[in-house]
Amino acid sequence: MFDDLRDLYQEVIFDHNRNPRNFRIIENADRKVEGFNPLCGDRLTLYLQMDGDVIADASFQGSGCAISTASVSLMTEIVKGKTEEEAEELFKKFHEMTTGKDENFNLETIGKLAVLAGVREYPARVKCATLAWHTLDAAIKNEQQAISTE
Amino acid sequence: MTQYDVRKIRQDFPILDEKIRGKDLVYLDNAATCQKPQAVIDSIVNLYSHDYANVHRGVHTLSVRSTDKFEGARTKVKDFINAASEKEIIFVKGATEAINLVAQTYGKANIKPGDEIIITAMEHHSNIVPWQILCEQTGAVLRVAPINLQGELIYDEFEKLLGDKTRLISVVHMSNALGTINPVKKIIAAARAKGIPVLLDGAQAVPHMTVDVRDLDCDFYAFSGHKLYGPTGVGVLYGKQALLEAMPPYQGGGDMIRKVTFEETEYNVLPYKFEAGTPEIAGVVGLGAAIDYLNAIGMDKIAAYEAELLAYATEKARQIKGLRIIGEAEHKGAILSFVLDKIHPHDIGTMLDSLGIAIRAGHHCAMPVMDFYKVPATARASFAMYNTIQEIDVLMNGIESLIEVFG
Ligand SMILES: Cc1ncc(COP(=O)(O)O)c(C=O)c1O
Repeated sequence: MFDDLRDLYQEVIFDHNRNPRNFRIIENADRKVEGFNPLCGDRLTLYLQMDGDVIADASFQGSGCAISTASVSLMTEIVKGKTEEEAEELFKKFHEMTTGKDENFNLETIGKLAVLAGVREYPARVKCATLAWHTLDAAIKNEQQAISTE
Repeated sequence: MTQYDVRKIRQDFPILDEKIRGKDLVYLDNAATCQKPQAVIDSIVNLYSHDYANVHRGVHTLSVRSTDKFEGARTKVKDFINAASEKEIIFVKGATEAINLVAQTYGKANIKPGDEIIITAMEHHSNIVPWQILCEQTGAVLRVAPINLQGELIYDEFEKLLGDKTRLISVVHMSNALGTINPVKKIIAAARAKGIPVLLDGAQAVPHMTVDVRDLDCDFYAFSGHKLYGPTGVGVLYGKQALLEAMPPYQGGGDMIRKVTFEETEYNVLPYKFEAGTPEIAGVVGLGAAIDYLNAIGMDKIAAYEAELLAYATEKARQIKGLRIIGEAEHKGAILSFVLDKIHPHDIGTMLDSLGIAIRAGHHCAMPVMDFYKVPATARASFAMYNTIQEIDVLMNGIESLIEVFG
């Protein structure tokens, strides 16, 4: 019945929505930043544990739609063990992929995150996917205040 | 028309034939804005094709024709809400501007530090923020009457708020987030006993019921044309003449003056005193056409038909496991707000859109209502005169299927 939506709601996304990874609080986290999407009310808190400039651990709390939950869940998995610079590089790529500005974007360069490429076709949902990454960006830049996608 | 013939009504709305992602459009976002009948579209095309010029300005033929149509629409609005005079009908941009106008004119002139303004916990942001701004400007205090879990105003608590310091009450007639219809006559009677003026935010009420401002005895009534099957960019502020006469103007400019020198300006008479600048002429004319269209069908018939739609939708929704209706007031208009267990409204919105169904997912410009129910957002199906029982079946089937897919 929802055949048109298969690109947007891939099985991986349902899976992460049902069982979000790293859905926990890191006590005494080095970085803790809140992200908020006022349009749909998605709210998340991202926690980072740093080891020098390497992200040793990442976790989150909050509630959102399937796209935003899957996005932050996947992100916390993927950035673990990455340096801040590598994470920022991924953010840039993710942003390029989801906003669809680069027609020749190579999905193979972004690994697992490619499952979120479907939002390109749904402008109203792009912010759901990018909220996690904007929050991470703020955390890396060590902005402790809440960030918003607006 | 004696019978309510929804199929015939649907033929008057060209957009209802649109295909969305290959499916028949099921438009259930009417509380956000309604679709337009051909008569409204034609009225705008005809104005620009045959009768258009600026209003109130020229002696030439087109200006006279344009002015006649514009002022004719004012009379239609006056009759539609049963105001006493055209002087009480002020054209604005929409309900939002109407409320801001009252806050910035009546409010600024009459509200002093320590005075209190009462609203309810179910207001649209446009009936919250203008008062917060006024309170900041004047040192007045905003008091909020609470609601219960059904989404009804707790009337006793509201009445307790009425005091010596209350200077204004501004209440939504029908809530856009919950569908609740407030006991406005009772509210107004209580306010009247204490000499407190009442503004009703009628943005959602006017398309769904007969509104008679004299029977209600409200002091101000605000609504938008685009939710009444008319064009965007036009709305109405009704105000009792004596109140409007005493109020300072809203904006300065052309049309709102009688005589201007650099020393002194004499303001124009009502309603022009509040209509500075060239108005949304085509919008006003289109609103007049929408009112003609509604009158030909009859607001009471529309209300009765929509009550059937809501009852059917509510019954169906209650049968869906994991669906919770947000807003179950006893007295309710054709709005069904709901949440689903573990499925975010945004996902519901996208999923239903793929089936051609347009609903709203979000906070509906009523974030305090969302906070009250402890939900980030709701999904909302809002019905109009052209919706059908079959469309509600499509919606409910869609909801059941998406629950399955999400598993
Ligand atoms: C109850 C209520 N009041 C006020 C408004 C504001 O109307 P507008 O945006 O047309 O000014 C709305 C529109 O959503 C509404 O539903």
